[in-house]
Amino acid sequence: MKQIITILWKDLLVELKSKESLLSMFTFGLLILVLFNFAFEPTPALKRAITPGLLWVTFLFSGVLGLNRSFAVEKENMAIQGMLLAPVDRGLIYFGKFGANLIILLVAEFLTLPFFLLFLNMPLFEHFWWITGIILLGTIGFVAVGTLFSAMATNVKMSEVMLPLLLFPVSTPILLAAVACIRNIIAGEPFSTYQNWFSLLVGFDLIFVVVSSLVFEYVVEE
Amino acid sequence: MNSQYEDAFSQDHIGVKILGYVLLFLMFFSFLLIAWYAPVERTMGLVQKIFYYHVPSAWVAFLAFGVVFVCSILYLTSKDKKWDIYAASSVEIGVVFALIVLITGPIWARPVWGVWWTWEPRLTTTLILFLIYVAYLLLRYFGGQNDRTAKFSAVLGIIGFIDVPLVYLSINWWSAEAQVHPQRIGMGPEMKAAFFVSLFTFTLLYIYLLIKRVRATHAALAVDELREQRDE
Repeated sequence: MKQIITILWKDLLVELKSKESLLSMFTFGLLILVLFNFAFEPTPALKRAITPGLLWVTFLFSGVLGLNRSFAVEKENMAIQGMLLAPVDRGLIYFGKFGANLIILLVAEFLTLPFFLLFLNMPLFEHFWWITGIILLGTIGFVAVGTLFSAMATNVKMSEVMLPLLLFPVSTPILLAAVACIRNIIAGEPFSTYQNWFSLLVGFDLIFVVVSSLVFEYVVEE
Repeated sequence: MNSQYEDAFSQDHIGVKILGYVLLFLMFFSFLLIAWYAPVERTMGLVQKIFYYHVPSAWVAFLAFGVVFVCSILYLTSKDKKWDIYAASSVEIGVVFALIVLITGPIWARPVWGVWWTWEPRLTTTLILFLIYVAYLLLRYFGGQNDRTAKFSAVLGIIGFIDVPLVYLSINWWSAEAQVHPQRIGMGPEMKAAFFVSLFTFTLLYIYLLIKRVRATHAALAVDELREQRDE
């Protein structure tokens, strides 16, 4: 546990000093929001229809920006080699990186969230805790696979393009489940109407956190 | 000449040769069955015949990706390059057959449903699968030929296949009302005969293509080895 915290803290500290990922993700998210608004000129009814999807498309797109940086910074100065030489189980390195990515992504998401309220006039804050829970669950699954794929993508040509190509098709279930949950929550539906989606989200998270942490060692070993 | 890929320079194994001739016969035979023996379907008419290629192609695609999954696990646990070659070859074949499914589907759908495409569970799942394994091929292409790429692709081969049921489940709920794809088709005995012969033929074709593709990879690796020996 201590090793996980150390790696996690190292990543957060680097991010706090540079703020590179956070700033780029936040600005990019804002930009997507503005572009969508121009592209669709949404009426109130349309806004209601597209908000859940737009929210997640924004999160996934800006999330890829942050995940791309996650292992790219380790490659500079061969930092990853140093980490691998340390007598630490590879699975723990995965959880450290996963935790850091998760926190950074969540912060970026919650910075963007108020602008959905502002620009789209959506009642996101009436159900704040429910929506927070769904965002947390969706982001966990996305980052679980994303951290693994990020470690892979950094080591091949065209890494910035490779990550979304790998990540987006695999995360389709998260996108569908998270969008469906948010839509039902905004519409004020009871939990039972989207319970199956909720379980799918939890299931995805469990499966891919476990599987990713198990296969991570093969990705980083030399 | 000392190569671990010596089979690349020798003649086809006698069994492979026989398999090739059996396939030639079976493909011709199953075409005859499909074209003349199986009756024309009552409501859909002639276009329903595409079913005898569409469904076996889908089966081969899933079989191929299943083989990738197993070979990927075997590669990661044993680090035997053999399994990596099998997995990569199987992905290529699977992607081709998934593409056949995605092409024959709309040709069949247009006259029957009135549209080329609908965001229906099976169609969408096949499309997502196709995209996952196209990404697999890109990963190999951009990764270059080395052990690291082999490991990366094995990881993707595992994650991708575990994802299949989740993709299917989620898309099934997502488009529950768009459920137009037949879950099963009522078939007369002649149709059944034609279908199962076709299914069998496609499965053999998969095995044959896999053997051939693996050999082609061996030949490429053997040439690389020879080049290295010359340069030494």
